[in-house]
Amino acid sequence: MKKIFSIIFSVSILAFVTNVYADGHKHPVTGELLADDQTFTYWALDEHSSIDPQIVEDVSGSDIIRDLFEGLLNQDADGNLVPGVAETWSANDSKDVYTFNLRKNAKWSNGDSVTAHDFVYAWQRAVDPSTASPYSWFMEIMSIKNGAEAISGDVLPSDLGVKAIDDYTFQVELTASLPYFAAMTTHATTFPTHKGVIEKHGSDWTKPGNMVSNGAYVLTEHVINERLVRERNPMYWNNDDTILEKVVALVIPDENQGLTRYMAGELDKGPVPTGQFKKLKAEYPDQAVSFPRLCNYYYTFNLSDSGIEAFQDVRVRKAMAYAIDRNVITEDILQAGQIPAYTFTPGATAGFDVPSVAFSKMSQDERDARAVELMEEAGYGKDNPLSFTMIYNTSEGHKKIATVMAQMWKQKLGINATMENTEWKTFLDIRGKQDFEIARGAWCGDYNEASTFLDLLTTPSGYNDGKFTNAAVDKLMTDAKTAGDSTINYTTVERILAAEMPVIPIYHYAGVFMLNKQLKGWPFDNVEQNWYSRNLYKIAK
Amino acid sequence: MIKFTLKRLSVAIPTILILIIISFLLMYSAPGGPFTSERPLPEQVLKNINAKYGLDQPMYIQMFNYVRGIVTDFDFGPSFRYKDRSVNDIIAQGFPVTLKYGTWSFVIAVLFGVSLGIIAAIKQNTFLDYFAVGFSISAQVLPNFVMAPILVLIFTLWLGWLPGGGWEGGKIQFVIMPVIALSTSYMASIARLTRSSMLEVLNSNFIRTARAKGIPKYKIIFSHALKPTLLPVISYLGPAFVGMITGSVVIDMYFSTGGIGLHFVNGALNRDYSTIMGITILVGCLTITFNLLVDILYAWIDPKIRYDS
Repeated sequence: MKKIFSIIFSVSILAFVTNVYADGHKHPVTGELLADDQTFTYWALDEHSSIDPQIVEDVSGSDIIRDLFEGLLNQDADGNLVPGVAETWSANDSKDVYTFNLRKNAKWSNGDSVTAHDFVYAWQRAVDPSTASPYSWFMEIMSIKNGAEAISGDVLPSDLGVKAIDDYTFQVELTASLPYFAAMTTHATTFPTHKGVIEKHGSDWTKPGNMVSNGAYVLTEHVINERLVRERNPMYWNNDDTILEKVVALVIPDENQGLTRYMAGELDKGPVPTGQFKKLKAEYPDQAVSFPRLCNYYYTFNLSDSGIEAFQDVRVRKAMAYAIDRNVITEDILQAGQIPAYTFTPGATAGFDVPSVAFSKMSQDERDARAVELMEEAGYGKDNPLSFTMIYNTSEGHKKIATVMAQMWKQKLGINATMENTEWKTFLDIRGKQDFEIARGAWCGDYNEASTFLDLLTTPSGYNDGKFTNAAVDKLMTDAKTAGDSTINYTTVERILAAEMPVIPIYHYAGVFMLNKQLKGWPFDNVEQNWYSRNLYKIAK
Repeated sequence: MIKFTLKRLSVAIPTILILIIISFLLMYSAPGGPFTSERPLPEQVLKNINAKYGLDQPMYIQMFNYVRGIVTDFDFGPSFRYKDRSVNDIIAQGFPVTLKYGTWSFVIAVLFGVSLGIIAAIKQNTFLDYFAVGFSISAQVLPNFVMAPILVLIFTLWLGWLPGGGWEGGKIQFVIMPVIALSTSYMASIARLTRSSMLEVLNSNFIRTARAKGIPKYKIIFSHALKPTLLPVISYLGPAFVGMITGSVVIDMYFSTGGIGLHFVNGALNRDYSTIMGITILVGCLTITFNLLVDILYAWIDPKIRYDS
């Protein structure tokens, strides 16, 4: 009898263990069988500039920071706002005071509670001139009270319009109504930092072993220009839902070598070098992916006094924009799902209706014919050719596009465009000083809203290298900041841009990469590509 | 010999100072600055950053503060690009990597290069000689940026024996390909230098005398011919060693080793003034040190030099 009991007992224990084991290896929601090794290794072209939330300024650094830290709000796979450290949030009627109610179970990796005081500290730290944050301007465009004054040192950082009403209530006072303020708190600059740790370690606080963070992962290894490793943080409030155990960023400064290492199985996410997408998609249809990104590629005319006179004539600018066959560039050169651009703002931007501007509706033949007419009207033609220099920064991809553009202008309009390339910093210096005639440009949105692009072409913008000035555009963009629905402002601005053509939009970016088919949960529909490793998982082969 | 060494050392310090001044001037004359970016920073933000890094001071004060920092605290300053790290950190992490693969490359290049050169010389105009010359010419014309992808293709993609890159603390499997890619062209140069030098020595009078005395061939080569043969090789080895241990941008970039060579190039492209200065000084010091060592070695091998100085 004893024996029978012991057999039954053993069998039930075994059944229980097997059941737990099997369940433990299935995705709790989708039920997919999970891989034993939950390590995600991805390619990074460059070493990040920093992993200090208040200092970071690049995409690769922000990707890491979203794993190590958690801000007030997060984004879901579609880019919608979801709770982060803040469980709920609200704004007053005039949308100039925002209140965030923080969850009580959020912890730092050393076990301390994450409180509203941590956010107050971090936000004040971001505007403090002694921090010298290159992204402090982001706090300024968030319109936080005394933001600009604190950055310039006119008031103390402690006078910034942020306060902890109690340990778990964080309030922000703005100088203007900002309907999309809450969305801006998904940006790394606004993430909390631990005062005690920063004061203890100074600038060494971001080193493995010193860093205390509040995200789903903690920093365990960092070798500059080689790798950065983060591993699961057991103190994270939602650790039970995290599946990936370890995330490794490998710095491989050469795209082709990155692809080779992906092919060798060393990476779960690797690059697609320019011009190779079509081939890779044909060979690996379930691994080569392409989706729209919030970035544009354009050429800007120098409209300042230092530019050439011909470009002051809108007919010349329009003719040059019309004569570019964008499909040749996207389909024959780039070949990775890029979208021909006729507006400055990408169509994928939230709340932006792509207006049907005149030249987007024409066929290329019609555009070419109109371009010839416009050039003739302006007094240029094959017997009186227009000559200028176009500049771009040194890169094979830019060179190919510039060559095709120059060729199209030459054949269709008799234009003699001399191509000139310089290395990146020299290029930026030349462009910033308006020491050019026509220059390449590209812009990626800081947030998913059309103003992140269109503000570039307003008179006061520091990024308006072509020095385009239009009072109507300036007014429409100023009004858009406080308008309930600013869609009409943005489409009107795009129409003005199509009529004035201060820049030649060429294409809108596509995100392309190779992704291990075992890796699931990638947020393809999040156009900002803000991904969080804790939402990813690897299924069994 | 001590006098000779001291004399050379006394020249080293002003050389380093001149190097610092010229590098500083060159760096500042390049267009753009460390904080020039596609998104120009607002004036106030740039002002705060310049104040933090002391870039708001006149250039001679910056240079003075920089040199003072090195002399008093051995502090090469913060990196402008990698804002969480100091240049000391960058060098402390990157230099051991390059030192490791550089030293291995050096040892292999010298061992194989010298042996190949000697064999080619003593077996002149035989199959072995043609093979050695053919090998060294092809290794020399095959630059490491061609060699590296070929190695990865064979050992990583086809055979699956070695990882395509990374360093992981310098485990052997991560070191093999960088060492092969870096050492082959040096090996080729050493082999050719050794061969021609050995041929010249073997035709000289004192070797003929030794042969006439009936000394065995191996003894002639190792006891009499080798030392003078190595003289031109040694003068090549000093700068070659420094070149190898201060890294190669191709090796660092292609194999993602995290070595110092890539920092040097990136530092220049990013206008990361403090990193460029730090690595320039490191390379400068190493070059001077190894040139000095070569000179001392030379003086030891060749009494003529010792007595002339």
